[in-house]
Amino acid sequence: MNKQMTAAQVVAQLKDGMTIGIGGWGPRRKPMALVREILRSDVKDLTVVSYGGADVGMLCAAGKVKKVVFAFVSLDFIPLEPYFRQARQSGAIEVMEIDEGMMLLGLRAASWGLPFIPTEVGLGTDIITKNPGIKVIDSPYDDKEWVAMPALKLDVSLLHVDRADVRGVCQIAGPDHYMDDWFARAAAKTFVSCDELVATEYFHDPAQARLVHWERSMTTGVIPIPGGAHPTSCSPLYGFDVPHFKAYAASAKEESGICGYFDKFLGASEQEYQKNVGGLDAIRAIELPTY
Amino acid sequence: MTAAIEYTLAELCIVAASKAFADEGEVLGTGIGVIPRLAASLAMKTTNPDLMMTDSEAWMLSEPNPLGKRPADFVPATESWMGFSRIFDNVWSGRRHAMLGPTQIDKYGQSNTSALGGTYDKPKSMMLGARGFPGNSISHPNSFFVPEHNTRVFMDGECDFVSSIGYNPARLPKGHRLEDIDIRLVITDLCVMDFGGPEHQIRLVSLHPGITAEQVQASTGYPVYIPDEVPTTAAPTRAQLDIIAALDPHHQRAQQIKDNPAGNRA
Repeated sequence: MNKQMTAAQVVAQLKDGMTIGIGGWGPRRKPMALVREILRSDVKDLTVVSYGGADVGMLCAAGKVKKVVFAFVSLDFIPLEPYFRQARQSGAIEVMEIDEGMMLLGLRAASWGLPFIPTEVGLGTDIITKNPGIKVIDSPYDDKEWVAMPALKLDVSLLHVDRADVRGVCQIAGPDHYMDDWFARAAAKTFVSCDELVATEYFHDPAQARLVHWERSMTTGVIPIPGGAHPTSCSPLYGFDVPHFKAYAASAKEESGICGYFDKFLGASEQEYQKNVGGLDAIRAIELPTY
Repeated sequence: MTAAIEYTLAELCIVAASKAFADEGEVLGTGIGVIPRLAASLAMKTTNPDLMMTDSEAWMLSEPNPLGKRPADFVPATESWMGFSRIFDNVWSGRRHAMLGPTQIDKYGQSNTSALGGTYDKPKSMMLGARGFPGNSISHPNSFFVPEHNTRVFMDGECDFVSSIGYNPARLPKGHRLEDIDIRLVITDLCVMDFGGPEHQIRLVSLHPGITAEQVQASTGYPVYIPDEVPTTAAPTRAQLDIIAALDPHHQRAQQIKDNPAGNRA
């Protein structure tokens, strides 16, 4: 089975109003090239589920987002993602604000075909008072009340990995795969961009196969895009682009805002974008962060 | 006669904050921010060698990593994998103690890391978001570090958005008791507090050198329980300062409290 496709083919499958999950975490290993392709399209009214960073910020700034399901939207070293902040403070978006662990439970519930997973997380906080979609229930086994974290069912998940083959075997060799496996499982369709396309035989080495976090039936499409996580990191291949993120954040203070940022960088294609940010060699030379 | 040791307020706070981790045994010590991270690291090197810690990325360490850039030949003392998906297995086991810095802390010990002012649909100022605060606060002990003790942080009334559960009877979940909630130390640039006053009132535990109880109360938007005798926060020892210096070779601790004052403001 050959699942190779282009970013344009991925976006052609998106419809207004879809619920889209985006993998990675903040400034780390996000499918930014796929996000950029959405930014070039007319798709809108999206519900975005993400451990958010500039993926959420840019989509909000471009007016494509109806609702954000989040625990944070951050660029780590720039703690407050500026465009999400603007969207939130202008009342432009609906939100479901939850704990980071609740998002994991929601993705697991969706993956396992459960309507909810019970947890005590959220009790005693405004998570349960501000989210009418999150119910508090009794238990058949004890006298406590529990939060019923609902399944976060996704129409589409977008992920970026280090390496993949055309059958959809996807490897993340970096230190953390975050919740990408759950995003893959929770979605009706999962589109995965990869820095490198490899032959299937690559995974015959158990050390390589060990770093594959979901089976290929969960991968709908594979899109080879070297440097496709930029400006986020794809450890150990490249770090996140600090000067680029600083320029992005600074654009939020300018009158031209996101349009100024898009005019300078977005381009009509990923090829143009990468040219605008210094080329693939420059991306691959970006130092890994120290924590 | 030995000369008095010179130390900064940041160093005093690191040592005071490290006491939160001292008697915790084999739990994951998570200090978010420079001073909390150094506090947990100091505890791991001295009072609680059984403490567990991550490298703030994806690995558990047998020894805390120093802060900032490290020499190219530095080898971290890696112990086990602890990616973000596994962290919640630890959080929900209760075997953790986190020290965090929220934007607001109200009289119930509830904290806010999210929306400030305006309405929830249109806040005046959107901060971090709930992050892991709801789960941390109901699953395991937590402490707070506040670099600037003032009435914006310790505000009158309830938090604009309650990110973490506190000692609030009105929000106590069915089947839970207030005693189940475990807020430990609150370390600020003025003092150390906890919520051990009558009916979980915030309580003054120690005053930093040169600071008065009146200053603490004036900087807090709700009544602080002040015991008859309030000790002075202990000064760091030479040994503790040497360990802190080794953990923070780039002096990031000097940028955490405004003007980086000396520890003794008498």
